[in-house]
Amino acid sequence: MIFAIQINSSPYQSNAGYSAYQFISAALGQHHEIFRVFFYSDGVYHAFKYAMPPEDEFGLTRQWSELAKQYKLDLVVCISAAQKRGLLCSDEAKRQNKTDDDLAEGFRISGLGQLVEATLVSDRFIVFG
Amino acid sequence: MDMKSYLFVLRKPAHSGSYVQELLDIIMTTAAFDQHVTMLLLDDAVFHLKIGQSPQKVAMKDTAAIYKALELYDVTEIYTEEDSLIERGLMLSDLCLPIKSINRTRIASFMKRFDVVFST
Repeated sequence: MIFAIQINSSPYQSNAGYSAYQFISAALGQHHEIFRVFFYSDGVYHAFKYAMPPEDEFGLTRQWSELAKQYKLDLVVCISAAQKRGLLCSDEAKRQNKTDDDLAEGFRISGLGQLVEATLVSDRFIVFG
Repeated sequence: MDMKSYLFVLRKPAHSGSYVQELLDIIMTTAAFDQHVTMLLLDDAVFHLKIGQSPQKVAMKDTAAIYKALELYDVTEIYTEEDSLIERGLMLSDLCLPIKSINRTRIASFMKRFDVVFST
């Protein structure tokens, strides 16, 4: 089955992001396809490269990057939600005359059309948070 | 491109963070992709369309105005639910758009009609 996933809450706001991570890991482990994970609203906080949780805490951003690498997951961050919250990739920062490079490895920034496309091509669409 | 029917279920009040504005952005994008879009306002979301709001006084965007602009995107199917209105002392005539009201007992069967249900 093909899944599209949307995540709306930040890593420390609720456990929705972690639930999504567990769901996606389990689905991939059972050979389902995750067409795309779309980070929207406060969900964009999952993609901040410089989030530095203490060593004894689960670092969700790093886990996303590893999962993306392992399964070639498409992790997309909404550009308008990201800019509003100060998350700029290096390309976007240059366009805005800024020097940021905030996007963690394995994520990419794009528009809401990517979310609609994901819901169109997937069998199931699940929103977390 | 494929066509699917979308139902957007809104349950929180306007101006509770950026929730409504960000969901309206998804609704407009979905409609811009020529998909069939329907909205259902439940619980405190019925206040989105209440007549006589002054959001600019608290530095908020006028979400009711965005609803009126949805018609330009062919989003005209907006529903609410009778008990959500009654529990808040509201009638359809208190709202700034002519929307339809359905009975709470019919909500589940109503939702089943759609391919994709967005609810946050």
